[in-house]
Order: sequence, then C-alpha cells, then structure tokens
Amino acid sequence: MDTSRSYLEPSSFSKKLAATIIIVYTVITLIPISWMVMTSFKNVNSAISYPPEVLFEPSLEGYVNLFTNRSRQSQEYLDSLPAPETWYEELVRSREMVITGPSKFLGRYSNSMIIGFGSTFASVFLGALAAYAFSRFRVPLKDDLLFFILSTRMFPPIAVAVPIFIMYRKLGLGDTHLGMIILYTVVNLSLAVWLLKGFMDEIPKEYEEAAMIDGYSRLQAFFKVVLPQAMTGIAATAIFCMIFSWNEYAFAVLLTQFNAQTAPPFIPTIIGEGGLDWPAIGAGTTLFLLPVMIFTIILRKHLLRGITFGAVRK
Amino acid sequence: MSVKKKFKGLSDKAVAWLFIGPSVFLLLAINIYPLIYAIRMSFTNFYANKIGREPQFVGLKNYIKVLNKEAIWEKMQVTANFMFWTLLLQAVIGLGLALLLNRKFKGNELLTTLIVLPMMLSPAVVGVFWTYLYNPQVGLFNYVVNFFYDFGSFDMIGSSELAPWSIVIVDTWMWTPFTMLICLAGLRSVPNYLYEAAEVDRASKWQQFIYITLPSVLPFLLLALLFRGIENFKMFDMVVELTSGGPGSATELASINLKREAFEKWKTGYSSAFAVILFVTIFGFGNVYVKVMNKIKER
Repeated sequence: MDTSRSYLEPSSFSKKLAATIIIVYTVITLIPISWMVMTSFKNVNSAISYPPEVLFEPSLEGYVNLFTNRSRQSQEYLDSLPAPETWYEELVRSREMVITGPSKFLGRYSNSMIIGFGSTFASVFLGALAAYAFSRFRVPLKDDLLFFILSTRMFPPIAVAVPIFIMYRKLGLGDTHLGMIILYTVVNLSLAVWLLKGFMDEIPKEYEEAAMIDGYSRLQAFFKVVLPQAMTGIAATAIFCMIFSWNEYAFAVLLTQFNAQTAPPFIPTIIGEGGLDWPAIGAGTTLFLLPVMIFTIILRKHLLRGITFGAVRK
Repeated sequence: MSVKKKFKGLSDKAVAWLFIGPSVFLLLAINIYPLIYAIRMSFTNFYANKIGREPQFVGLKNYIKVLNKEAIWEKMQVTANFMFWTLLLQAVIGLGLALLLNRKFKGNELLTTLIVLPMMLSPAVVGVFWTYLYNPQVGLFNYVVNFFYDFGSFDMIGSSELAPWSIVIVDTWMWTPFTMLICLAGLRSVPNYLYEAAEVDRASKWQQFIYITLPSVLPFLLLALLFRGIENFKMFDMVVELTSGGPGSATELASINLKREAFEKWKTGYSSAFAVILFVTIFGFGNVYVKVMNKIKER
C-alpha cells in the first residue's frame, strides 16, 4: 500500500473517475439550455428540421421576430414597396412579410425589470430592518414571529390568489406595477428576513456598541456602522429576491393582463405562422435567462445559504 | 434610570418595534388577511365573477364536496406520484453527485456552478423550452433517445403514459442540483478525525461510508427533501407550461386543478375549501416531518 500520502486523500484514480463522471453530467445538464440558445440563432426552417441540426447557418431571424409584429403580404404588394431600408426589414421581406410594428416583448421585459427592482429594494430594506431587530433585541415571541414569517412561504400561491385578486380589484391595484411590487415584496420578505438575520448575527455587536459610546444613536449606528458591514449579505439577498421576482409566474399570470404583465407569462405566447416560432421563443428565453445566469455566477459563494433560507451556512 | 438611557435617541424597544412593525404589517395584510378571507369564503357558495350576488353561508358543504369527489383523489394521486419519483431521483442523483464532487478534484468549483444553473431559471420558461425538446417530430430529446434505442415515434407530452414521466424528468433535471448542494455542505461538515479513527480501527471504506458518511449527511438530505417536498406539493408553473395538466388529466397536479376551479370555473367557495385542505395537508405533513427529522438529528 502506498504510504506516502494521507489515507484520507482520495487516490488519484478515484479523483479522475469522479471528475469524469461530473464532467459528463455537467455537459448533459447544460444541453437543454445550450440548445435553446442555439435555436435562437437558427432560422425558422432549420429550427424544425429533423434530425436536429447541430451545425447551422446563424441567423438573427428569431431576434427580429421577437421584437416585431409582422403580417404576410402578397408578392405583388411586396414588389410595389420601396426597397427595404434596414437589414431586418430585408430579412422579414424575404419571408413575404412586412413589419407592422414593435412587439410587446420590450414592454414585458421592462415590466419584469421595474417590478423586480422595485420589490427587491423594498423587501431587502424592510428585511434588513426586521433582521437587525431580530438579531440584536429581545423581541417577545421572537421564535414564533420568525416561524410565522417563514410559514408564509408554505402557502400555495393559488390559495391566496383569489382573495388577493378580489382585494386588489377593490383597491384598484389589479394589473398595476405597484400592486405587483407590493405582492412580490411580501413574498420575498420571509427570505430576506431569514437570510439577513444570519448575516447580521455574524457582525460583532461590539462594533455598534463602540459607535454608540462615541455618541451615535441606535438608528445612526445601524445605518452608519451595521449596514455597511452587512453589505455582502445584503447584495446576496438582493440577488436572490431579484431572481425570485424575475422568475415568478403564478401570480403574474393570474393577476396581470395588459399593464403590468412580466415576461414569464408572455414568452409562451410568442406564436409564429403555422405554429410556435421556436427561434423567437429561443431568443426571448435567451434574453430572459441571461441575467439570471450572470447573477448565479456572481452569487456562487452564497448559493447554499440563499436556497435554504440560511438554514445551511457551510 | 436604566442603563440604556446612557445612549441618545430612541430606546431599543422602540427601535425594535419600528424595525419589525412594517414587515409584520405587510405579511398580515397581504398574506394572513387573504388566507383568513379564503377560509371564510370556503364556508360560502361565493362566485368571484358574480359580483352582485350575495354569498350564502353553506357550512361544511364545500369541504364535504371536495373530500367526496373522486376526481380530487385522482389529482392527489398524480401529485403523490410526481412527488415520490422526483424526490427519490433527486435524493439519489443529488447525493451521488455530492459524493463525487467531494473528491475535491481540480475545477470542481466551476463545475458546481455550472451544474447549479438549471435550478436558478424561471420554471415557466423552462416548461416552455422543454415542450420544444419533447416535440415528437423535431425534438432533441426524442432524437437522442431514438439514437440510443430506436423506439420509433413517441410523444412525451401527448401520451398519457409518458406525460407523468415528462414532468418528472424536467423537475429532476432542474432541481437535482438543489439536493446536491445541500448534501455537499453536509459532507464537508464531517470532521476528518472520524475517518482517521475509523482507519486506525481498520474499518473498510464501505463501513466508513455506512457508519460515518451516511449518518452525517442524512439530516442535510432530509432538509433538502423537505424543501423540495413543499415546493413540489405546490408545483404549478413548470407543469402548466409543459403539459398544462394534460393529456386529459394525466399530469393535473392539485395546484393546477385548484387554478382551474378558482380561475376558470370561478367556483370560489369550493376552490377555497380545496385550498384550505391543501394548506392544512402541507402544514401537517411538514410539521410531522420536521419532528422526525429532529429525532434523527439527535441520534
């Protein structure tokens, strides 16, 4: 037996085997995502060719179709039009269609942004306040309150959707940005409080006590000493809240229609002529998933904490 | 005079309430009030689309109707089936991956991040793009399966035998990284001296796995399954976009049925009773599970 290395260290053969299996798994698990991104750069015909094309001539047709509304025209009518001015107009004309205007995608995407940022800001701000209080003060029924906050996450969204629907109709909040911001803020609040409490617990109490001895009030100490110290945790929490709002579907599809609808309920409705326009759906999906992938890479050190509500910190 | 008064500004107690107040208020207004409202409606024959009509109190009639409806038990069975297979597969594959990643080879941080990607995506959008992968004529999934073994033409979403598996596969693809990450944390929490002592006692690798690794990772695995269990019991978005509950009602999970009753048939009273039953079920199972989990942890 090889005695030169510690017996706890896995042998180099077993390491290589593990690495190989993990690499194979990673490749397989990334195929669906890569396939969607590839599809977004195909043209409509090559997206529905069989066997599926791995090598193809890239095209921006999906992106053009995603951002425009088009209508089919007769060849005579197309001939009577002046020559197309832009490359995308030319692309659409080659399919015997003309652009009739911009699609709703940008509006839905910016709704996702507005509602996402608004609710993230609100839930992190309120969450930080509550988390600080739970972390530092003796609050009556603290554990019960914390459990109550967590338990709100167990409701099936559909169970509370009808009452919220009725309530929002009465308050005039139905299908508005503000209504959705408030709703997502509340849904994210439990995550924000639990995660931030963990981060605040890690900041030594002595910091703000020193500041208070120097003449700061409790509020000043919180804003000037504790918050800057908790910045990493706040950023991680904010990204988690953002991802949740960004991805949320059930409330969006049930409570919004025209004004405040976000992208997730919209993407499935992108339909081309004679069936689903896969390159356009691919393009919408790609643009929608891109921010989340970047966020995930930024977040990688805090992932575990975020997905377990701070229950597992590593 | 109390010690606290040495510092200027609001007292700690005032700050505590000032800080917690807004959050608790919002949760009460947007979460608890709707829940109470739903409970109240569950005792009436209210229809949310008929505004002028005064709802009448009907007692437990809605609950009796829900519990006696055979179709509801079918939905519960579909949900239980979905939960059983997704949790089983995610536990086995997730733990397996975690054990492999724990060998700490080069590049394993990067690979972990890449593996985790699917679970961060929007479930509804994931559902949409899997309909493309599962497409019986042009889908990549069907092509790959037929490449390895020629089944001929098959339709994952359109056939009532295969559709339940189609949602199990997507959910497992998406959420296995979740159990993996949590198990990995469990594996890393095992102190090295346990293995050293086992080595000294000449325990085989297999014995070390059974008596050290598995018991230490078990509480973490159970926690992961609790989270996944709650989420999959509520499962809605991914499945709605993938199969919309079909074909027929082969993949109509409890939440999807609830949505149909509440937002398509507008049977508000009846669907509220169903929602309350679902909520009590999650809460009840969750509590029992946590008790069992804590017992296992104590051992």
